Amino acid sequence: MRIAVITAGLSEPSSTRLLADRLEKATTEALHERGAAVETTTIEVRTLAHDVVDLLLTRVASPELSLARTNVQDADALIIVTPTFSMSYSGLFKSFIDVLEEGSLAGMPVLLAATGGTARHSMVLDTSLRPLLSYLKALTLPTAVYASAEDWGSPGLDVRIERAGRELADLLIALPSRHRSDPFDTTSSGFVDFESLLGES
Amino acid sequence: MTSMQFGIFTVGDVTPDPTTGTTPTEGERIQAMLSYALKAEEVGLDVFATGEHHNPPFVPSSPTTMLGWIAAKTKRLLLTTTTTLITTNDPVKIAEDFAMLQHVSGGRVDLTLGRGNTGPVYPWFGKDIRDGIELAVENYALLRQLWREPVVNWSGKHRTPLQGYTSTPAPLDGVPPFVWHGSIRSPQIAEQAAYYGDGFFHNNIFWNKEHTEQMVKLYRQRFAHYGHGTPEQAIVGLGGQVYMAETKAQAMKEFRPYFDVAPVYGHGPSLEDFSEMTPLTVGTPEEVIERTLGFRDYAGDYQRQLFLIDHAGLPQEAVLEQIEILGTEVVPVLRQEFDRLRAPGVPDAPTHAALLAAAGATHAETHVERDDVDTAAAIAKDF
Repeated sequence: MRIAVITAGLSEPSSTRLLADRLEKATTEALHERGAAVETTTIEVRTLAHDVVDLLLTRVASPELSLARTNVQDADALIIVTPTFSMSYSGLFKSFIDVLEEGSLAGMPVLLAATGGTARHSMVLDTSLRPLLSYLKALTLPTAVYASAEDWGSPGLDVRIERAGRELADLLIALPSRHRSDPFDTTSSGFVDFESLLGES
Repeated sequence: MTSMQFGIFTVGDVTPDPTTGTTPTEGERIQAMLSYALKAEEVGLDVFATGEHHNPPFVPSSPTTMLGWIAAKTKRLLLTTTTTLITTNDPVKIAEDFAMLQHVSGGRVDLTLGRGNTGPVYPWFGKDIRDGIELAVENYALLRQLWREPVVNWSGKHRTPLQGYTSTPAPLDGVPPFVWHGSIRSPQIAEQAAYYGDGFFHNNIFWNKEHTEQMVKLYRQRFAHYGHGTPEQAIVGLGGQVYMAETKAQAMKEFRPYFDVAPVYGHGPSLEDFSEMTPLTVGTPEEVIERTLGFRDYAGDYQRQLFLIDHAGLPQEAVLEQIEILGTEVVPVLRQEFDRLRAPGVPDAPTHAALLAAAGATHAETHVERDDVDTAAAIAKDF
């Protein structure tokens, strides 16, 4: 199983990264308990910020950003963690999502998580993050994890992190392995041959 | 016979010169583009190509008009487009315009078909950008018919049906212009080029070279799949973007102010990073030669190399100098080196003479042909 973690905190170190690491650990442990091998990769969007903007402006991707995009689209599942800004995910997080290839998250199991100053922003998970991932046709887990400043001193966060990790592990075990459709691979369902194109027009 | 063709392609943007703040008028820009074509022939380049655009700041809205003038002023330059919009132009008019240009130029014309990426151009010409691939497929199928059948009866989804239509003039010597299909990253267009055994052109500028590699690879594979030959026998054209001076430092110094604020990629990556990630080469003629020969590594042996040298507000004198360097220092070496490196069995670049000879050789077994050499003959067949 390959799991990509997208973490969009702006400071270093960040509580967003802290939450991402704990979700990754909980998921990995739950998968190990179920006998699955796990390979994880963490994408710090902060380190790709300039590359993301360059790609948005010029359509040219740096090698680092190309690798991050490949890691996301080739993953079996994603863990996504963003800070909350002005009632929503951060702009940098959204810009990273915007540079992913169209359709690359379709059918992808995704664990949603966010951080914020107070618990009053926790609805960001269901009002911003979940609709975005639904639009991208990802399979979002029912449990999403929000961590506000005070949660870092509360045992409740542990419970939510572990439950989310178990849910993602269960879903990954239950799902058939993911086949990405590649329009450049003539053996893939994403490839359209010319007879079909002629028929469509 | 030329195994490989070299030339220049222009986008035709009217961009202020950032070093002086002056902007050429449309007239000045058009005259400058014409002068580049004449200079290309003068210094021994093979091909001049113009883009087609229907919105400012671009001037070349009417490519065959421009190429017709150049045809009259030149003797051996091959004229082409990068690209002709197969989506928003009426294929009937493309058939007529380019057949006429064939006659006017004595067969020194081919064309590259593209879809165009400016959203509003589609509705301005009564089309929908979401139909882009469909339009490219349907319109090109009709264009082929118009050049190959004396009388066409046709109906499709995107234009009025045709009954008893004869496209005039018939292609020169009954041989349609060679067609390239250009696309940056749509596999359907590589597939289209492969299906018909036409050429595939990748602009190979502004984008990561991985796109070029991926598209050319698919095109070659499918060219063989459709029985036109081996993958190595497919006809590939590439673009490239260069700026040259005596030293790399001098070239970087001269080009940087244009690069930094250029349309398309300005205000983005540094000149150094962009040169690394895309085929842009700013340096000495030797560096351009080395980089260009390297295109073979990801595209294989290919037939046509076009350079972009005149955008982002570069003044006319600078562009003419670039063409001079290409013709005198770069292309002679590239011809020699590419010839030395080329694997046996790779076809020569397409020309009217070669297509005519090939048509003569297979004439007896050809069923769909437009062997009438003028309209009267085409119509007479019906009586």
